Amino acid sequence: MNRLEKLFIEKPKDILNIYFTAGFPGIEDTMPLLRAIEKAGADIAEIGIPFSDPVADGETIQKANTQALDNGMTVELLFSQLKEMRNEIKIPIILMGDVNPLIQYGLEPFCKKCQEVGVDGLILPNLPMDEYLLEFKPVFEKYGLFNIFLITPQTSEDRIRRIDENSAGFIYMVSSASTTGSTSGITDEMRDYFDRVDQMKLKNPRLIGFGIKDHSTFTEASHYANGAIIGSAFIRAIKDSEFPAEAGSEYIKSVLG
Amino acid sequence: MLQIENSAFAVDERGYYGNFGGAWIPEMLYPNVEELRQNYLDIIYTEDFQAEFNQLLTDYVGRPTPLYLANRLSEEYNTTIYLKREDLCHTGAHKVNNTIGQILLAKRLGKNKIVAETGAGQHGVATATVCALMGIECIVYMGEVDIERQAPNVARMKMLGATVVPAKSGSRTLKDATNEAMRHWINNPVDTHYIIGSVVGPHPYPDMVARFQSVISEEIRKQLFEKTGSENPDYVVACVGGGSNAAGTYFHYLDEPSVKIIAAEAAGHGVKTDKSAATTFLGKPGVLHGSKSLMMQTLDGQVVEPHSISAGLDYPGIGPLHAHLWESGRATFYGITDDEAMKAGMKLSKLEGIIPAIESSHALAALDYLKPGSDETVVISLSGRGDKDLATYMKYL
Repeated sequence: MNRLEKLFIEKPKDILNIYFTAGFPGIEDTMPLLRAIEKAGADIAEIGIPFSDPVADGETIQKANTQALDNGMTVELLFSQLKEMRNEIKIPIILMGDVNPLIQYGLEPFCKKCQEVGVDGLILPNLPMDEYLLEFKPVFEKYGLFNIFLITPQTSEDRIRRIDENSAGFIYMVSSASTTGSTSGITDEMRDYFDRVDQMKLKNPRLIGFGIKDHSTFTEASHYANGAIIGSAFIRAIKDSEFPAEAGSEYIKSVLG
Repeated sequence: MLQIENSAFAVDERGYYGNFGGAWIPEMLYPNVEELRQNYLDIIYTEDFQAEFNQLLTDYVGRPTPLYLANRLSEEYNTTIYLKREDLCHTGAHKVNNTIGQILLAKRLGKNKIVAETGAGQHGVATATVCALMGIECIVYMGEVDIERQAPNVARMKMLGATVVPAKSGSRTLKDATNEAMRHWINNPVDTHYIIGSVVGPHPYPDMVARFQSVISEEIRKQLFEKTGSENPDYVVACVGGGSNAAGTYFHYLDEPSVKIIAAEAAGHGVKTDKSAATTFLGKPGVLHGSKSLMMQTLDGQVVEPHSISAGLDYPGIGPLHAHLWESGRATFYGITDDEAMKAGMKLSKLEGIIPAIESSHALAALDYLKPGSDETVVISLSGRGDKDLATYMKYL
């Protein structure tokens, strides 16, 4: 059974998914951060594959991407860092990023590697559903990978149903019309949207991301969905630290309260 | 505007030209792009839209632009060369054909704010212009590097009431301005329309922009017939960055095999150096800015920062239509270096009294490779005028 599937059966509420960019702040931080994320009590780790032109990201994650690439991060290096990962890390692992590095690596070789190192799911925001169904889905399924789709406040009900139909693992609910790292907190408009989607009784669990940054926003997001995703705020917590793993661990503990 | 559904070079239902195109966008952009996709053809082929579009092209842009027989240039190359004078359009380049079309579309979609990216500033000026014309708020993203090298256009945009926002990430040129404009659209999805300036971006942009620019080849056919008795030249030549003036110049000739299609890409310091923007020479298929096309990238799929002396061609990708023209062999591509372009620009200035935009100089420089015969006819798209480039030209004087 895919670790994501198992997780949501065992723990349907208060899921914390932590995003970080591979190769940031240091090129060798991938495994120390994964260990810290698991040990501090997060439920899912989402590893960003850095990209030169991350269109859906705000400044914090853009800069992390640039620094990671400057540090020399590559897809191949990431897979080699994750090679022995499953000897120690038990939580589900998701790779997230622009679809182009995957296409250049090759769809089949990429998915095969994911399975080998123990990746459970992929978030590829600019992979459209139709392209996914046409070309990607059979390969993802062959290697046991869940594809996680995004929905936003502007996504129509029909489309949410269609996304739910084709999703596995969970649905990524983007909290507002924005790039990552917005700091507006949770507004009434968002609450209406969370409620609206909650009442749709989707078959997949939902995690809320974008703008979740601390204990209070995490707790509130968890009230409306199965949990939340934190990215930019985690990056901010580790970016200037001499000991990123420790800083990340402290931050996660503060979020969980 | 011609309906082209039966062409081998028309976009298909999935938004593809052959293997290139599509709408590779994050969900945040889906509702906007889908709204456009569902409505653009219905809107632009209404009588009301066509009437307003054509009237503005005539009375405001100054169309039709002349098709000028360049006698001294023809003599120099011992052939017959016509210049399609897009440089005489209001705002100084072909870009305004598209921005007029898109602002009319945006109005009909109920959008009251416009965002755009710009490289050389021509598209930014053309967007700021139509926004002033319609009284619509306008934000233009422009790379910091381009803001420096195209200062006159920055001043124009500001005078026209637009807000110019510097793109400070990456190479700080056109690709980064495009990233920022897309981010702006993600953050302002409901009231804002994104006017993309080239035949790039997610479907339906490449097709929509090509249709608005197709007025260029529509006029060429008519004008050439009046002058020579034939609608068809032997060659149509245009520079290609993203490829909007090229798409407009080729449009009505795509299915006319007797007309050879020539594309001049910016080779920068040369295609064998790491300072180039010649995408068909150096690129591979990949996904950038919402479509699958050729793009300059590392083995790891990271976008390579391009180089061209011309800000308008300084882009690591190419429109999916052009990638298809390249792959299918319908078009022949030449890589024109910075030096070759500058020399061609100087030559045209001295021989014809026309100072071309450096972008257009790349198309002129292709003549040296083309070597057209004495009985052949060449139509070159003179996509823009060189006023904005004087500082760069002066270094070559």
